[in-house]
Amino acid sequence: MVHQLDSRLSMAHFYVAFAAIFVGGLFGLLQALVRSEMITLPPSMNYYQILTAHGILMAIVFTTFFIFGFMYASVARTTGSLSNMARKSGWIGFIIMTVGVILTVVMILANEATVLYTFYAPLQANPLFYIALALIIIGTYFASFAIIKQYADWRKANPGQRSPLIAFMAVATLVLWLIATIGVVIAVVFQFIPWSLGWVDEINVVLSRTLFWYFGHPLVYFWLLPAYMAWYVIVPKVIKGKIFSDSLARLAFLLFILFSIPVGFHHQLLESGISHGWKFLQVVLTFAVIVPSLMTAFALFATFEISGRARGGRGLFGWFKKLPWRDVRFFAPFAGMVIFIPAGAGGIINASNQMNQVIHNTIWVTGHFHLTVGATVAITFFGISYWLIPHLKGRVMTERVNDLGIYQTVIWVFGMLIMSGAMHFSGLLGNPRRTQVTSYNGHEVASQWGAYEVGMAVGGSFLFISLILYIILMINLSFFAPKGNEEFPIAEASENAQETPKILENWKVWIGIAFALILFAYTIPIMDMIQHSPPGSKGFKFW
Amino acid sequence: MHIHKFEKIWLILGTVTLVAFLSTIGIQAFTSPDHAPPSDLTTIEPEEVETTAPFDEPGLKKVGENEYELVMILQSFGFTPGEVEIPQGAKVKFIVTSIDVVHGFEVAGTNINMMVTPGHINSMTYTFDEKGSFLILCNEYCGIGHHYMSAELEVK
Repeated sequence: MVHQLDSRLSMAHFYVAFAAIFVGGLFGLLQALVRSEMITLPPSMNYYQILTAHGILMAIVFTTFFIFGFMYASVARTTGSLSNMARKSGWIGFIIMTVGVILTVVMILANEATVLYTFYAPLQANPLFYIALALIIIGTYFASFAIIKQYADWRKANPGQRSPLIAFMAVATLVLWLIATIGVVIAVVFQFIPWSLGWVDEINVVLSRTLFWYFGHPLVYFWLLPAYMAWYVIVPKVIKGKIFSDSLARLAFLLFILFSIPVGFHHQLLESGISHGWKFLQVVLTFAVIVPSLMTAFALFATFEISGRARGGRGLFGWFKKLPWRDVRFFAPFAGMVIFIPAGAGGIINASNQMNQVIHNTIWVTGHFHLTVGATVAITFFGISYWLIPHLKGRVMTERVNDLGIYQTVIWVFGMLIMSGAMHFSGLLGNPRRTQVTSYNGHEVASQWGAYEVGMAVGGSFLFISLILYIILMINLSFFAPKGNEEFPIAEASENAQETPKILENWKVWIGIAFALILFAYTIPIMDMIQHSPPGSKGFKFW
Repeated sequence: MHIHKFEKIWLILGTVTLVAFLSTIGIQAFTSPDHAPPSDLTTIEPEEVETTAPFDEPGLKKVGENEYELVMILQSFGFTPGEVEIPQGAKVKFIVTSIDVVHGFEVAGTNINMMVTPGHINSMTYTFDEKGSFLILCNEYCGIGHHYMSAELEVK
């Protein structure tokens, strides 16, 4: 059981997450309808403004708040009730983050920050927008402290013991987050805030973009790793199986830390100001992340097969039928995993040095991250919330909610496949991303994109229907479902697994290697950007 | 650390494939100059673009037998020049920069695609083997008129 005081902390995060996904999702639908020229927005609102809000609410607010809600609950479940200090730090973090979110949204709605969620210089937003973003990140530092402190206390109280896997994974995710945010914090504090306040006249654009992407790529792993926590630790218990290998799971998370940070240049492959050799080095490091991904795929499907066979599945694929398909706690994360296969393949294409040339900044990329974050991560989070919300609120998920949850997942998957499929195909034809309308005065090249735009709108509509159902179910599970005890499933490691090597929990070693890799991949190019810095840019407000 | 036999095989296969693919990409990128992503290191003062060569005379310049340089300035929300005509089979070196914010330079349906950041010049080369009307567009958000930012390239 999660202690009531800790439940309250988790739930506060979930409420913000649900509000964010609802408003963000509505904006998403509006965009799809505007782009396909089915509706026009009222003059008080512009497309790029709601695009900015959609990006921030979905990719930053929903994910971050959901992740911390899930982490607090997981750590409290496995290491015991949070210490007073940890809980207090958690609440301080929550308040700072929420203030940051509200301020961000206000600035966007006031049309003071229509710079999209990547806020590329030299488009210049109101300084309060950058300060608000900084607040969100500072809030997460208090939250991270709370979880890491809880984990450290547990280890001190249980010397020599292997820490609970899910707590270890939460800490690994936060280590990644803390190292990655260094880049964006430097950019926001030392570049964007002084520049937007007028203290300095000019900004080094390439440097700001490099610092952004130093953070921007690991950010996607910050979203993904909590989904992996559920796949590795929660799902095996739901299917009455065991964790395939505790030590490999830990190693996979450590490798994700090492290989997701020193790779930001693969987002800047088509950019001037960074030499080709350094780009290629980071492409190679990017691809190294495939190794822990393959480890994960193997471990998960091994768990499924072992569990399916234990239930009497025979033959090469008989075990597959024995899995609990009618249980949303399994079905939703499983759908997420399956979608991650094409999503990951698309990611490999995006990062492939000269292949990037074909799809860079086309709507293919938008399709890609709607498969990864919008489908894989989001669906897994849905799957978590179906049991975690009632668990935290002392209620139960009824069979009816379970069934509706399966429908909700199916509609989401269906909508995402249509929308994202259309984005991928039309992206290959050159259809650009982040563009309000793509008719280009009826140019013949652009005319072939029209049907795909309609496809995106249809897919987006299904997604919104699924989202409404989800929000209704979450309100039900929070306030109206019958009282009772919903299980918080935590699997155990297989008894065949061998003792986990001590080195896997030696953080100094892994953080040290991470920094060495980062210095190797970034030091010279960044020195170069500063020494041979291009002339700076003054700010522009083109909206 | 103990690793299951099948998992070992799976990881070895995966890693070998990975090395093979990366080698292919690497060899291509470093041996044939047209296959490297655009990575021009030349800097320029964004506020003085129009008085700095070659941008003081934007447009198409013939530099050899069916070889051209196309110098273009990008600014919200247009390209200078906005219309270009080249003969079939022309090898064109695009030389571009921005005088304000970040733009994208994409010729839809081709591999011509590069980021154009203020303070830097970017460049790449492409050969147009087929006739037709090509659409040049900006694929990085540059303000409220971003979706109007385009130019036409006619291959005759």
